Amino acid sequence: MANKLISEIPLPKSIANVFSARNISTAKDALTLTEFELMELLDVGLTEVRSALSQISEIVAPPYQTALSLMEQRFQNEHLGGHFPTGLKGLDAALCGGIPFGVLTELIGPAGIGKTQFCLKLSLLASLPTNYGGLDGRVIYIDVESKFSSRRLLEIGLRSFPEIFQMKEMAQEMAGRILVLRPTSLAEFTQSLEQIKVSLLQKQVKMLVIDSMAALVSGEHEQGARRQQTLSWHISFIKSLAEFSRIPVVVTNQVRSRNHEDASRYSFQVQSRDGAIGTTMQYDSHLVAALGIQWAHAVTTRLVLEAKSGERFIKVAKSPISPPLAFPFHITSSGISLLSDDGKEVMGPEINAIHCQVNSYWNLCCNVKKCRAQ
Amino acid sequence: MEIWRLPISASQRGKLISAGYTSLSSLSSISSSDLARELKVSESEAMNILKVASHSRGSETSNASCSIVEVLDTFQWWAGAQSAWDMLHDEESLMHITTSSADLDNILGGGIHCKEVTEIGGVPGIGKTQLGIQVAVNVQIPNDFGGLGGKAIYIDTEGSFMVERAFQIAEACIEDMSEYNRFLRKDFQECKIKMLPQDILENIFYFRICSYTEQIALINYLDKFLSEHKDVKVIVVDSVTFHFRQDFDDMALRTRVLSGMALKLMNLAKRFSLAVVLLNQVTTKHTEASFQLALALGDSWSHTCTNRIVLYWNGNERYAYIDKSPSLRSASAAYSVTARGIRNSSSSCKRIKMM
Repeated sequence: MANKLISEIPLPKSIANVFSARNISTAKDALTLTEFELMELLDVGLTEVRSALSQISEIVAPPYQTALSLMEQRFQNEHLGGHFPTGLKGLDAALCGGIPFGVLTELIGPAGIGKTQFCLKLSLLASLPTNYGGLDGRVIYIDVESKFSSRRLLEIGLRSFPEIFQMKEMAQEMAGRILVLRPTSLAEFTQSLEQIKVSLLQKQVKMLVIDSMAALVSGEHEQGARRQQTLSWHISFIKSLAEFSRIPVVVTNQVRSRNHEDASRYSFQVQSRDGAIGTTMQYDSHLVAALGIQWAHAVTTRLVLEAKSGERFIKVAKSPISPPLAFPFHITSSGISLLSDDGKEVMGPEINAIHCQVNSYWNLCCNVKKCRAQ
Repeated sequence: MEIWRLPISASQRGKLISAGYTSLSSLSSISSSDLARELKVSESEAMNILKVASHSRGSETSNASCSIVEVLDTFQWWAGAQSAWDMLHDEESLMHITTSSADLDNILGGGIHCKEVTEIGGVPGIGKTQLGIQVAVNVQIPNDFGGLGGKAIYIDTEGSFMVERAFQIAEACIEDMSEYNRFLRKDFQECKIKMLPQDILENIFYFRICSYTEQIALINYLDKFLSEHKDVKVIVVDSVTFHFRQDFDDMALRTRVLSGMALKLMNLAKRFSLAVVLLNQVTTKHTEASFQLALALGDSWSHTCTNRIVLYWNGNERYAYIDKSPSLRSASAAYSVTARGIRNSSSSCKRIKMM
């Protein structure tokens, strides 16, 4: 809509000619200039400029819908009103059905916690037919760090849905629906995104998984604000992909340790706590999400996977619908499963904190290796 | 040099100046046919120029030698001007939209003000969208319950609006109204409010924006939309930042576009007597040798909104802080996000902190 040509908009002939004479060909060019700038450029009076702008705006502005018709539309056309059940009952209940369609859901956690395992389980679920709780469609899995293991995927399938996966043809059919891409650089990833857009338009793809977003960007040697700039186009593009195709998009993110660039106070807070600046640090965990605050704003749902005193938790850290709950989970041969469907409510900013405390780091590695080898 | 300020096209202005007319007073005594001849334009164009000039002249400061009575008389026909006394009456009868949290309403002087633009910003997950949806529901509270009984426009730029959540909040709002009704009437029959959550959802006009061009176009189009839907009393933009943070290489252009947009919104707020709520994101800013959080879109943007509220974490509580307001003093209050929407914080040691 933004790139709609002025020539296609029904404007009075005289002003349409002036627009094209001054090289203002798309609606975007016309709308980014102020009224006075347009008057200068086109050499016409204020009233003509105003009426032309209002006509262009009326055509370019999106149509409205009442929230009620939006809800009815979603419940009629989409699976479970626009949610993809993960199979983890407690989590699905908190998220009002499951992972929402049309927006980004982020999985974040320290290395080895189970993000890729969760992604494998979700990809499998999405490929299943609808009577098994799946989306009956293809899945595009962008595997940046080469962590995708087909053997593990089929093992999860065999343990969770033996009736389907014991038959070789069915297993082949399901596994065949998951397309794995392995871009080696951000540029390749950008190219694949463009191709993905085309297949999304053909409506065969029902889910997109990017594992992991942080690894793509960390490969590029830029810091801080420059990295944000690199990523902003991708954030915008992936969000728009999710939006128009109405599919769930799951993205994994890594953690890094806090550095001096991470701010957590506003200027008015710093002023009012003159004596207590030192104590603020103890409330902040030493691990933060990679990819920065702009990314944190762009994701709609953030699920934090962490390990605390030997137990693993999956926390709903940011969600428009769910309260801040933490569910204990463990990784089994049939994927990821919750130890309790009753989440524990977490108060305050603690829900955003990412802990990596295990009894011993060695234990964690062993557990991971054990699961993968089984 | 007042000719520069006339809203006429550049070539007309150029012709006026080259013909020697540099001030408005020089145009006061000439007839349209003489002007047409001098400028070599058509008579209708000349008449238009003279009309514009006399209109501008009408709002110029009158001659110092006029008596006070004459000056007061000229006050009356200044287009758009109002005396401070009349404005006081307007300000006192200002409508507010409650946020469903009494503490928050208190520091806001009753709620979100109509006829003003309020910017609300905070870190991800603090409850900006929740507050936006709550306001879009609360504007519909009928007049009998102290509300505005109006409709809402929700402009979603990020896709964070969840219909199920809006339904939950609408349901809770209706339950609260029935509770209030029952309490007020003191008779124990079930006083059912005839509103359903579906009715509330039907009065929220939802627009989904996918680029900043669409955002600008929509704000331009709202003028026409609001003339057709006069019962809209709040416009929520969630968030105003998203499309302006990406793909803008020319920062000066961004500042111009943003301030143009803010002015149009302020204009809409005043003309249609509605509240405009803009939700903003957060960025890190390097000030005084440390990195601090600040609302996004830069320093120029921070001047454009009338009121500015920052939502932040304080210990385990969510707080709202009035960062900027022409009529409210700086204060912060705790609030919480519950399954029923925005409510008072349940902690016992809460208090409104004056800065």
